[in-house]
Amino acid sequence: MSEPATISSFSLVRLLWFRTLLIFKNPSLHLGILGIFGFLLFYYLSTEAWELPRFEKLPGPVAVLKEWFSPDPMWGISLYTPDYYLHVWASVRRVGIALLIATGLGVPLGLLMGWSKVFKDYTFPILEILRPIPVLAWVPIAILMFSGTETPVIFLATLASFYVTVLNTLLGVESINPAYLRAAACLGSKRRHLFWHVILPGALPFIFTGLQISVGVSWFSLVAAEMVSGQYGLGYLVLNSYTSVTYETIVIVMVTLGIIGYANSALVRLLGRQLMQWRVRALAREKRG
Amino acid sequence: MNLNKLILKNQALRRGIIAIIAALLVWEILAHWRLWFGYSLPGIGLMPPPSAVLHLWGKVLLDGSYWLSWYASYSRVLLGFCLAMLLGIPFGLMLAVNRHLHALFFPIFEILRPIPPLAWVPASLIFWPTQEMSIVFVIFLGAFYAIVINVLGGARSIDIRYLRAAQSMGAGQWSLFWRVVLPATLPSIFTGAAVGMGITWEVVVAAEMIAVGGRVYGGGLGFFVWNSFVGGSTEQAIIGMLSIGIAGYLASSLIRYIGYRLMPWHTAA
Amino acid sequence: MNSAQAGGSLSIRNVSKIYDPEGANIKALHDCSIDIAAGEICMILGPSGCGKTTLLNAVAGFHGISSGEIRLDGTLLCNTAKPQAQQGPDRMVVFQNGALFPWKTLLNNVAYGPIVQQRLSPKEARAKALDMLGEAGLADVAHKYPGEVSSGMARRAEIVRALINDPKILLLDEPYRAMDALTKAIMHENLLRIYDLKPVTIFFITHDLEEAIFLGQRVVIMTTRPATTKEIIEIDLPYPRDHRVLSSEAFRLLVTQVKASVHAEAKKAFAAGEKERA
Repeated sequence: MSEPATISSFSLVRLLWFRTLLIFKNPSLHLGILGIFGFLLFYYLSTEAWELPRFEKLPGPVAVLKEWFSPDPMWGISLYTPDYYLHVWASVRRVGIALLIATGLGVPLGLLMGWSKVFKDYTFPILEILRPIPVLAWVPIAILMFSGTETPVIFLATLASFYVTVLNTLLGVESINPAYLRAAACLGSKRRHLFWHVILPGALPFIFTGLQISVGVSWFSLVAAEMVSGQYGLGYLVLNSYTSVTYETIVIVMVTLGIIGYANSALVRLLGRQLMQWRVRALAREKRG
Repeated sequence: MNLNKLILKNQALRRGIIAIIAALLVWEILAHWRLWFGYSLPGIGLMPPPSAVLHLWGKVLLDGSYWLSWYASYSRVLLGFCLAMLLGIPFGLMLAVNRHLHALFFPIFEILRPIPPLAWVPASLIFWPTQEMSIVFVIFLGAFYAIVINVLGGARSIDIRYLRAAQSMGAGQWSLFWRVVLPATLPSIFTGAAVGMGITWEVVVAAEMIAVGGRVYGGGLGFFVWNSFVGGSTEQAIIGMLSIGIAGYLASSLIRYIGYRLMPWHTAA
Repeated sequence: MNSAQAGGSLSIRNVSKIYDPEGANIKALHDCSIDIAAGEICMILGPSGCGKTTLLNAVAGFHGISSGEIRLDGTLLCNTAKPQAQQGPDRMVVFQNGALFPWKTLLNNVAYGPIVQQRLSPKEARAKALDMLGEAGLADVAHKYPGEVSSGMARRAEIVRALINDPKILLLDEPYRAMDALTKAIMHENLLRIYDLKPVTIFFITHDLEEAIFLGQRVVIMTTRPATTKEIIEIDLPYPRDHRVLSSEAFRLLVTQVKASVHAEAKKAFAAGEKERA
């Protein structure tokens, strides 16, 4: 038994090595790296080396990196300062809560709307009337209705994700092939079976598409809300750095937001893949065939 | 003549109207709670009633500065949006058509995309000489990502059989592009435009609240809301809020209408 | 619980169906009468879009009829007074484009019916499902998702999913429509083998006349819309049948006979320009 195992682990190593080589031989990777370096080079040359008009006002990459990695930053925000993590944590926490609320309310509501036409008839028009109102236009009402500074910001970050979640869930239910419902009825399902075995798994792909969009929308609204009214968080920090003329921090925050936003949607994709093995495998087969 | 469907449709319509009226009534009652029952409710109890909002709206409609706010927001949105379309559509198509350009530009595009557009506001204010330009730039950015992603996705998913059919009928590179690639991408372009238009309104309101300070005229609807709120008139803030909703809805409807006229073959399936 | 297997005679009497989606008043079925004996394989043959599926949907209880009467083993399913039949596991449908739940493995798809009907415990149901999948030659792929197996395997699993419920009648709606001729031939032999193991009444809709003759004991030819029975042809080819039947003289003669009858209807349907119902 041990012999085939060694062979397979040996060939696994070779396979991995081969794949790594293949990645580095891939011309599109070279071009991609070239593109990123080109961008950084232009950023550096325009701001720090040549100091082109207008560009010279922006903080350059070297200054930003120095500040970001400095144990003793000029403006008080770097990888080594607790303040940095305080702001990051404030924002991440708010988005986390907002997404939980938006998903927790939005998915059941969307499923219910897809499930019952009467319920949809009564609720959908109200949703459609409120939806075109941009999140930030809700600021006064949010401040008026919720006390403190934390709840209004979370409310604003929730709102847009909530719309996205409801609509995508509804779309998911409506996109279920009617043959599945008929087949389930034929097989003797009761209403509750239909819900758990057909409606919910059938809508799941759309729910996850919705969740992915909802993560982006939630960050978008949160940053805006924090800029308008907030005491902590990355949105607050970025605007505050502008008013207090600590320009390097602005770029640090932007990069941080980019990284967190990216990691966040990658996480949702991973979760979706875990929950929808049937789709992953079917897609893999399609690619092979 | 198709009575059945009309009744069915009417039923949905009737229920929708009932729901909206009910919601307004509940709001009206909650807003009067303090007056009628002697104590105020937390949260929603502090809102002005819809009747007061409507009453004031009648007056505001006659006020020139209200319409100037409309004009200011609309001109910013349209400028940013048109720039995003003008640059985004060719850029997306270019990435879709040419593999090398895609490899070169797409990674950096994907790296910049997760940064929320509003986080660009401070950098934009530093870079651009006027405040107006920086707002338009941020609006442009918000719409640009949505348009490029949709155009790219649409152009890349064209059925290869259409291209082969056109080539076998003797189409050259140009005619292939104009007569096959572009029309086949049109639905995605309009999806991108609709999404982008939604984002521009989100951005313009935020940008006007954050960046436009002190100017009463030309501040835009976002500033109108903020200014009314700070000035203590919640009714007027709500008017501004609803006006933005209407403005955004009108803009999206326009895009849908143009899309519908330009793509007679693309029935809503 | 094998009592359900007994019987399975279907009687369709003077059934008509009028669709009125946009006030267009489309007559899909007109005065349609068919009697199917218990354990018979009855093929319903007609041009695409003629209303065959409408008839199947009425039997299955997916929608109502406008007039007439349908009985299963003498029990009323639907008539003019009670237009829509109750859906139930005594009539199992195998759908045109397949309706295995893509989010369940083949095994869980097959085990689903007995579990939700609470006829078997989940464990028993899975054991039985595995047995039946094995009989159909699908033991190796039992734990795969429908998206991972070929369409032929998926269709076979779908028939197993229907049969595990011991239905009185199996309603098949052009199940092999999208398959190439070679795969189809294999599926046909497979279906007949399953039928030999477990005889059940089969109500099979198709527009492929060779398929109809190869599988059926009787072929019911339908007219184009509004559909009604035009002719019933007895197929007296001996069972067990295999691919060699296809090249026999008797088969040729039947094909000629059926073709003459069907071709006229197909031409009418084509001229009417009905858009094919997918």
